[in-house]
Amino acid sequence: MDVSQYLEIFIEETKEHLQNLNEQLLILEKEPENEGTINEIFRAAHSLKGMAGTMGYKRMQRLTHDMENVFSEVRGGKMKVTSQLVDILFKGLDALETYLSNIQNEANEGTEDYQDILNALDDFMKAGMGNAEGTKEAVASNPKVSVQEVPVDHGKHKYLNIKIEEHEKKAIAKAGMLGLNVVGLTVYIQEYCVLKGARAYMVNRSLEEHGEIIKLYPTAQDLEDEKYDFDYSAFIITKESPEKLSQLAMRVSEVKEVVADYIKLSDADQEAYTAAVKQDEALQSQPKTVKDPGSLKAGNAPAAKQTTKPVANRSVRVDIEKLDVLMNLVSELIIAKNSLISLGSDGEKQQENGFHDQIEYLERVTTNLHESVMKVRMVPIESVVNRFPRMIRDLSKKLNKDMELFMTGEETELDRTVIDEIGDPLMHLLRNAADHGLESNEERERAGKNPVGSIFLDAYQDGNNVMIEVRDDGGGINVEKIKKKAIERGAITEDAAQRMTDKDIIDILFQPSFSTAEQVTDVSGRGVGLDVVKTKIEALGGEIEAKTKLGEGSNFIIRLPLTLAIIQSLMVIIGSEKYALPLGSIQTVENVATSEIKKVQGKEVINLRGNVVPIVRLGNILDCEEKENAPDELLVVIVKKGEKLAGMVVDELIGQQEIVIKSIGKYIKNHKIVSGATILGNGEVALILDVNSLV
Amino acid sequence: MEATETKQYIIVNLGTEQYGIEIKYIENIIVMQNITRVPKAQSYFLGVINLRGEVIPVMSLRKKLELGSDIFTSVSRIIIVKPEPSAAPVGIIVDEVKEVITLESSDVEMLNYDEKDEKASLSAGVGKYGNELINLLNIPGIVLEKEASKKKNKGTS
Repeated sequence: MDVSQYLEIFIEETKEHLQNLNEQLLILEKEPENEGTINEIFRAAHSLKGMAGTMGYKRMQRLTHDMENVFSEVRGGKMKVTSQLVDILFKGLDALETYLSNIQNEANEGTEDYQDILNALDDFMKAGMGNAEGTKEAVASNPKVSVQEVPVDHGKHKYLNIKIEEHEKKAIAKAGMLGLNVVGLTVYIQEYCVLKGARAYMVNRSLEEHGEIIKLYPTAQDLEDEKYDFDYSAFIITKESPEKLSQLAMRVSEVKEVVADYIKLSDADQEAYTAAVKQDEALQSQPKTVKDPGSLKAGNAPAAKQTTKPVANRSVRVDIEKLDVLMNLVSELIIAKNSLISLGSDGEKQQENGFHDQIEYLERVTTNLHESVMKVRMVPIESVVNRFPRMIRDLSKKLNKDMELFMTGEETELDRTVIDEIGDPLMHLLRNAADHGLESNEERERAGKNPVGSIFLDAYQDGNNVMIEVRDDGGGINVEKIKKKAIERGAITEDAAQRMTDKDIIDILFQPSFSTAEQVTDVSGRGVGLDVVKTKIEALGGEIEAKTKLGEGSNFIIRLPLTLAIIQSLMVIIGSEKYALPLGSIQTVENVATSEIKKVQGKEVINLRGNVVPIVRLGNILDCEEKENAPDELLVVIVKKGEKLAGMVVDELIGQQEIVIKSIGKYIKNHKIVSGATILGNGEVALILDVNSLV
Repeated sequence: MEATETKQYIIVNLGTEQYGIEIKYIENIIVMQNITRVPKAQSYFLGVINLRGEVIPVMSLRKKLELGSDIFTSVSRIIIVKPEPSAAPVGIIVDEVKEVITLESSDVEMLNYDEKDEKASLSAGVGKYGNELINLLNIPGIVLEKEASKKKNKGTS
């Protein structure tokens, strides 16, 4: 089967499942008895296994299979959730993530087997319990019920192990009322069968000719996907006897054995459900179509998440509500258009009033439309922050500090471009908080604080900005320490340090290569910390600020603009001014000796690898101050406009930057040399040159 | 024009002269900022500034009124005005912001400029305030140019 077309979906869904597993495992670690969580984990693991199997990723399947077995034991109450177990499971998840990223990059899972994890899982299995019976029992559609499942050995009559659900009991009761039999059967398929999915399908089809299958275990979907060993069970409402049905099933080749018998409800159940059926005819169920609900739903994710499936990597999942708003606006536009048309037939006086009304209306609609389209680009910040609880857990272990992460405002929305970029800076800040921010448990106790440190991640909207705060209740930033260090490193003089305010000192933290951790740890403190965070956030058009109170904790506040139109640009210096050149039109940057510049028809050109490229002296065009002495070598940015090349002479390169385009308004007219402006990290405005108009 | 309506004006200094800007146009008054020069712009546009994340063009009132170049001092101010409630804001540089006054419409006299005189569009009359005469500026006339045919382009924000 060619599965490449499903690859995107597979990757997306696997990511979701992994994320879900991460989240649920965290909960499980805290509440080892939480049944809902165990079931959720089991379902996600099971779907993962099935998906990996379908896609032919054997190693991934094997690992998930082993993990699933462990989950299954936990679910059956035969194994206790211990910290070591969770550690191993997390390792397993990390391995799965590695597989996934391999698949994403190279379309195959790689060759790493993670034998150590498999062995560890195995050990847990062996240590946990001796009886491996029932581990492969697949998902039931209702987790609550299946938890209570008691593994009584019914021998080959495995269908008796199946917990019958409410609606199914009703169906059985109803069948009884109608004088039909309910037969439970378990089909055993030959171990050498290659297409067991197809076999199951054939058996089911022949059974369906004689009755209605009300329950399949595993579900029909799982059977089809071959997510079962070599036996499965079914309940059928039929007129036939169990013997007849087994004969029917046996007729399908490669079926080894079929055991069947009548299913009867207990008398009390029979009565209760007969009454219920009478009340509620509508609940007649078709459990065949019940699919694993866990395969689509991601834990506590909002319902909107499942509305669309992405097909390409750069896609945006759009809330259906947002699309509805767009649709409404478009219909309003049409109404406005129609009103304008009908105005044409009105009297002159009326026409004038109506016209203005309609223009106003139109303006309102278009503004809203613009806003809505921008909103479509907005993604809840949740997709970035939901991996942090796991990270903090790992850090807590690694650093041997107890800490907890509290997050609020995960639903706050940000532009897709920002979402993609903000993850790393936030991670950095969180690591900093965990490593430098929080004191050790003992220190905290000495200071009279709760020994468990708290880290807060709050996101919220503030006017036209989104604020993200990373806060900890640790020791705060020691201003004196920074001062000392800065002087040591020669970043500031002692004199200057005396004059600097605390805020100025804290700002030093954001300077390149400055780290305050006295000991360099594995987690952070490599000296490339906050300056990277700052650069990144400024590249997104945001700002970062630090507040701190010694002994009470520190707070990093990130402010990001809500709406963005971001482009990649090359920042250059011309004269003494900074300009941005859109990266899209730039071909190369060349060093050209002044002697290489020739004059053709009074225009300066260079010979660039056989092409004659005209030179544009940006400094002259932009009336910039000229440098005193002309250098021997010119820095030439080669840009392309259609087929034409041109060389723009700049004085200095700053580097590539993502910039937010802002309009400079309609008042200034400058022959379109400037296509817009952008605000740099330091608050300065830099202009974006329209290369096309200059070529 | 109107009967006995009162309007409030902010009095600003440009050199030795006093000018009045009707308060309804004014969004904000800020201290001098770093101005980024915009090449090839009209000479009276000094450039753009960053006002809380918005890029706002700034014009020199002196240059617009042909009073020579600006001398920036510590009392120089940028007045952010909107010529129309829905229009984008513009900054106007003045030497000093003095006070807010209230003028009755009877205190305002329109000047009879020649129709062709370009300056006619810049003035909203002369106000009599005590013993002083104050040039009242016609903000829309100053900011919006007659030949402004460029399409409204408010950008992305």
